[in-house]
Amino acid sequence: MGKKTIIPFGPQHPVLPEPVHVDLVVEDEKVIEAIPQIGFIHRGLEKLVQKKDFMQFVAVTERICGICAFGHSMGYSETIEILMGLEIPKRAQYLRVIWHELSRIHSHLLWLGLLADGFGYENLFMQCWRLRENVLGIFEKTTGGRVIFSACNVGGVTQDIEDGDLKGIVAILDGMRSEYEELLKTFLYDSSVKNRLSGIGYLSKQDAESLCLAGPFARASGLVEDCRLDGYGGYGDLAAFEPVLSEDGDGHARCEVRAREVYQSMDIIAEMVSKIPDTPISLPVKGMPGAGTAAVHHVEQPRGESFYYAKGNGTKFLSRFRIRTPTSHNIGGMTKILQGCDLADVALNILTIDPCISCTER
Amino acid sequence: MSSTIKSPWIIHYDASSCNGCDIEVLACLTPQYDVERFGIINTGNPKHADILLVTGSVNERNINVVQQIYEQMLEPKVVIACGICATTGGIFKECYNTLGGIDKAIPVDVYAPGCAVRPEAIIDAVVIGLGILEQKRTALEQGKLVSEKSADCVTAADKIVDGQTVRAAALKITKG
Repeated sequence: MGKKTIIPFGPQHPVLPEPVHVDLVVEDEKVIEAIPQIGFIHRGLEKLVQKKDFMQFVAVTERICGICAFGHSMGYSETIEILMGLEIPKRAQYLRVIWHELSRIHSHLLWLGLLADGFGYENLFMQCWRLRENVLGIFEKTTGGRVIFSACNVGGVTQDIEDGDLKGIVAILDGMRSEYEELLKTFLYDSSVKNRLSGIGYLSKQDAESLCLAGPFARASGLVEDCRLDGYGGYGDLAAFEPVLSEDGDGHARCEVRAREVYQSMDIIAEMVSKIPDTPISLPVKGMPGAGTAAVHHVEQPRGESFYYAKGNGTKFLSRFRIRTPTSHNIGGMTKILQGCDLADVALNILTIDPCISCTER
Repeated sequence: MSSTIKSPWIIHYDASSCNGCDIEVLACLTPQYDVERFGIINTGNPKHADILLVTGSVNERNINVVQQIYEQMLEPKVVIACGICATTGGIFKECYNTLGGIDKAIPVDVYAPGCAVRPEAIIDAVVIGLGILEQKRTALEQGKLVSEKSADCVTAADKIVDGQTVRAAALKITKG
């Protein structure tokens, strides 16, 4: 047995796009404990509800995280709609689902690229990000923004997509399929990728359940955990929805789950476009969130379940707004898989949980 | 023209940004915008970097990290504030844990506003930054100063006066 040494990891590290600090307690080459330290991106955003009224606050929730931006504005808007008892038009619900699933495709392609970069497969990284630009192109065409596009609002959506453009979106995604197929083959069957990821960061189903993991991280360990199963909003009109699962629980399984979810999102978008009704896209919001009312809601973000709580007090300012984001559940799983892993696998293990520190710290 | 500005290396740090600008910084490096054709490479090591791209409005926790990265970079160096949060604090200006703008921590040479900042704006800012990098390099060669520190900056920086290195703290005293 060697002597215990503490190696600091982060906050500035080439593999991390975001700052998180982990103190790695190592014995020789083995990590025996990982102690995370956070707070590098804390802005104190929840308290802004006291300064921005409940309609303006959509813009703030959108900037909780630039990757899941649309999901957060959708989650917040739906929470306020539940709080005020609003039933928004069907077309708005469908458009929200379309943008949200497009965000999922962009987030997963981004992550697959970062993962490829993490194990030194530079070419694959570039290819993933090249494909991702198609999705950003759709965002830019339909809303004007590339990553933060303010399309969601309390009471509906701010802009419509015409039926012709909706068909165009499906055509772009169909065009991506054949190129994505090749990337998928590389991720799933390439021997160098398999060698690097298989068996890394194994987490059993029991552990995933007891640590309350969320999203693809939990689904890769075989846990059926997907808020889209609730069928809230446009998701309720899907003919069938089956979460993508894997039983292996290692890094390769997490890669596989996310890679296959891209196809699932493409199918959902195609189905939504074929079924979209012709109704208004928003309804006027009258009145204020009532005194003493509170609402909870959850949304399946690309990284897992995001939970929202809002409490009204009869004025235009909410008295409390709270979010619990997927990475705050998943950091528990991250410290678990870091225990006992090799020092060389630390960066990859942190990557495979797809941490979103901006969401977590707000 | 020196070789430095033909192939400037960049380092990126997220100082409490929302990720929106960070993924746009990364998007600059990937095929659609591909700044690597200008010799620009993303590096993780401050000592190798010429240009520091910072996103986000600094907070109490990471101000030291930003300053450390800046100090570890070798002269000449250029700092680019990417996004409106890095420029003024943006939408988070009123939050209790933001200082509002990178210039509260380190001197900034170029501002690239936008929420999220567009890749074209980042590339423009880097091109402007290259001109400044060249000026600083010439000044350095002639034995004039290095990076100017803003008055409210708390870290010490070195200046070269008549070929002698003088600590910024000492300079402050002489300034009275």
